[in-house]
Amino acid sequence: MIGRIHSFESLGAVDGPGIRFVIFMQGCSLKCKYCQNRDTWDINAGTEYTVEEIYNKVMRYKNYITPNGGVTISGGEPLLQAEFLVELLKKLKKENIHTCIDTSGTVALTETMKELIDLTDLFLLDIKCINDDVCKDLTGVSNKKELEFARYLSDIGKEIWIRQVLVPGITDDEEDLKDLSKFIKSLKNVKKIEILKYHDLGKFKWENLNLEYPLKRYRTANNADVKRAKEIMNID
Amino acid sequence: MDFKQWTGFDKSGEWTKEIDVRGFIQRNYTPYEGDESFLADATDRTKKIWDNVLALYKEELAKGVLDVDAKTPSAVNAYDAGYINKELEQIVGLQTDAPLKRAIMPNGGIKIVEKSCEAYGYKVDEQTDYIYNNLRRTHNDGVFSVYTPDVRAARSSHLITGLPDGYGRGRIIGDYRRVALYGVDALIEEKKKELDVLNVDEFTEEVIRAREEIHDQIIALEDLKKMALKYGFDISVPAANAKEAIQWLYFGYLAATKDQNGAAMSLGRTSTFLDIYIQRDLDNGLITEEEAQELMDHFVMKLRMIRFLRTPEYNELFSGDPVWVTESIGGMGIDGRTLVTKNSFRVLHTLTNLGPAPEPNLTVLWSNNLPKGFKNYTSKMSIKTSSIQYENDDLMRITLGDDYGIACCVSAMEIGKQMQFFGARANLAKTLLYAINGGKDEKTGKQVTPRFEPITSEYLDYNEVMQKFDQMMEYVAKIYIKALNAIHYMHDKYSYEALEMALHDREILRTMACGIAGLSVVADSLSAIKYAKVKVIRDENGMAVDYQVEGDFPKFGNDDDRVDDIAVNVVKEFMRKLQKHITYRNSKHTLSVLTITSNVVYGKATGNTPDGRRAGEPFGPGANPLHGRDTNGAVAVMNSIAKLPYEYSEDGISYTFSITPGTLGDTVETQVENLTNLLDGYFKQTGHHINVNVFDRALLEDAMEHPEKYPQLTIRVSGYAVNFVKLTREQQLDVINRTIHEKF
Repeated sequence: MIGRIHSFESLGAVDGPGIRFVIFMQGCSLKCKYCQNRDTWDINAGTEYTVEEIYNKVMRYKNYITPNGGVTISGGEPLLQAEFLVELLKKLKKENIHTCIDTSGTVALTETMKELIDLTDLFLLDIKCINDDVCKDLTGVSNKKELEFARYLSDIGKEIWIRQVLVPGITDDEEDLKDLSKFIKSLKNVKKIEILKYHDLGKFKWENLNLEYPLKRYRTANNADVKRAKEIMNID
Repeated sequence: MDFKQWTGFDKSGEWTKEIDVRGFIQRNYTPYEGDESFLADATDRTKKIWDNVLALYKEELAKGVLDVDAKTPSAVNAYDAGYINKELEQIVGLQTDAPLKRAIMPNGGIKIVEKSCEAYGYKVDEQTDYIYNNLRRTHNDGVFSVYTPDVRAARSSHLITGLPDGYGRGRIIGDYRRVALYGVDALIEEKKKELDVLNVDEFTEEVIRAREEIHDQIIALEDLKKMALKYGFDISVPAANAKEAIQWLYFGYLAATKDQNGAAMSLGRTSTFLDIYIQRDLDNGLITEEEAQELMDHFVMKLRMIRFLRTPEYNELFSGDPVWVTESIGGMGIDGRTLVTKNSFRVLHTLTNLGPAPEPNLTVLWSNNLPKGFKNYTSKMSIKTSSIQYENDDLMRITLGDDYGIACCVSAMEIGKQMQFFGARANLAKTLLYAINGGKDEKTGKQVTPRFEPITSEYLDYNEVMQKFDQMMEYVAKIYIKALNAIHYMHDKYSYEALEMALHDREILRTMACGIAGLSVVADSLSAIKYAKVKVIRDENGMAVDYQVEGDFPKFGNDDDRVDDIAVNVVKEFMRKLQKHITYRNSKHTLSVLTITSNVVYGKATGNTPDGRRAGEPFGPGANPLHGRDTNGAVAVMNSIAKLPYEYSEDGISYTFSITPGTLGDTVETQVENLTNLLDGYFKQTGHHINVNVFDRALLEDAMEHPEKYPQLTIRVSGYAVNFVKLTREQQLDVINRTIHEKF
């Protein structure tokens, strides 16, 4: 089984609990305007690796990730390569390595997908925007599938961390945040809600590809923005 | 032996019958498995004196040095007592008769003393100058009277650099605890017995030398007593309580710093030893926790004030005023009990009570089995102050037992039973360039080594380069040991460390501590030659002056065996080549991969390299990958460095790790937890040493522009810590440009 990988980060400390070995999968079906990894979109780019190769790589980091960390699969959109991940996670599970998938959840709930979900310990679910009009404009797709995905995770009792990127002027509308909060409260097993500050540190990747950065006119988020959002959402 | 000062101690075992500090510790210390909640704040007295010191620092920073006594050659008992604030100081003793006033130590070399004095506007007293220029030979003169042309050439072309031929070798740790535990008279008695052992029929050169050395040691111990008497203390007898134990121990250390301007004047492993005295006083209700902390604060304050007079060039190499007052903290005992005590916490707590500082060089001996409370406390203090380094106790304990300490940055030695002949380092990146150019220097065109056949092909062939590199390493190893033998013969002869050696056993293990710089440059260069194509660019004389790399290649620091194995083999090969040569006093060959901040200076002296590094650009510090070459994150770097074989590099393998707080976790609790797990992982992976820096790049940039706002900003560089604002601008930029692991 072959997967297409964008890159690896051996010290992930903010993508799931503990120290994480992060695998960035190549390819994405969304077109988020604030994407900080624009170079992961093209499904035909990246480097090919076998499941075995990735597994061997992960095992080299066992001493760091076993106490309370694990492996996080990010991207790109990892769920585009679900079959590959099923094979990988099966092997990691045998070694009792905690696994986590960082996704938008914008996929169909096929049998393979359900199998992958079963194998995964934790989902970092990036709700792009609860307001579907905003979501469509920001990412190019509707949030319908991702909300269904979230509901399914909730129904089967899977652990979830919700992530919301806060873009001032786009995803920080008071009503939207209240709706988001309501939606999150309706989910079981949400262990953590992370409000991530929008930043433009990935801008250079767009420029490297000779592309115009879409959010040029928007400012980055600051601590005050996060504080406000948290107050609106009534979280700490 | 029995003393009333030992009341309450467990006197079983050998420690009362002979000098055996470890035996005393093992029978009397109280392991502590809790957290830091018992620690006490700084007292008003502490704050007041510390303010005095900070004012002096400010004056010193402005002037370069605060004051110099340019007349009196320093010696254990050369000066009157000096104080910062006599009424308030709980622990007393200064190197000269006034705080931060520097002494001259011409036994090392009169020319260096003259130069250092002149650099700061002082002039060596005429008579003193006359004596050392005409009547008394110095270490420096001795070395240069025997240096051979090949050594001189290698030295001036920076093939071998930083040699202690013009400054004190240091890296000797006296067992200063002996002063407190036994009192000086008992130590003198012991030395007299040693002399008697050396009263033999065959009066060989070795016996004669040993007898002269012990004779000098006894004089040094007598002087130590006299020096303490000037401060009103009779240290001929053991210390009776915690305050005296710290005072006695400090007097021992202080005397060493009056006797020697060593490159590293390390303290040893003292905090757990001192805990025994503090705990006894606490148990007897004689002192409170506040008072215990105050004693440690005042002790550490004194350690922070140790100063040596050195030339500006020396400071360029090592940055600021490094003394390497290294204190080794924690670790595990061979019986499985932790050697962490409450005093392990107290000494680290000085970073809170007095603020961060580069000295003493606080070194945590990390074991997977350390109590969780201590692990998390050290992680917390690292995140807060960036002032701590960590070394692998589980690795070192195998060969060194549980009473070793770190000298300088990474050099482990059994306390009182081992010393090293410090050997700075060979520039292996330059060695590789010499291999390509047949021994000609790539910058000057001079033939530095005997003529070897240069490489003449357009593209570099891996096997040909390896063969020539091997020959060149062989040559460098040979002259390197030659130089070191000369240096240490002369150091023993003209600048013997009598006081420090008086606090050692008679029979000790000596190591010949060689080192290498530029390892990651060499590994990447060889990898480029092997896995990509490297085209040589030659000047009109046929000298290879630049290289064009075509294609990609594996780079050191990404946990890629293809290149990491090359680095491992270079370490092994160079060590094997050193081992072929006979060393002075039959010392044991060791090797370190450590540069301190001199990676900048070495890089400056080295031309373009086949990995694409430009001439003059810094090397990676210590065993670090070259800046920006690591693209898989910090743990991959750790794995690469952990592969370097400690068995071939027992003098230490240094890694400097820098990370932003946000990358380490989103809350302080997760940062602490993650750093603890990171250290556990790295050391399980058999990494040897790590400097931990936690700061934002923006902070350092601001400190460059506004140094006055950051008088105590401390950062870890290869093997030790420095005041960031005391670095040269080049070094500051090197630190900022170096990979600070940052995720976004």
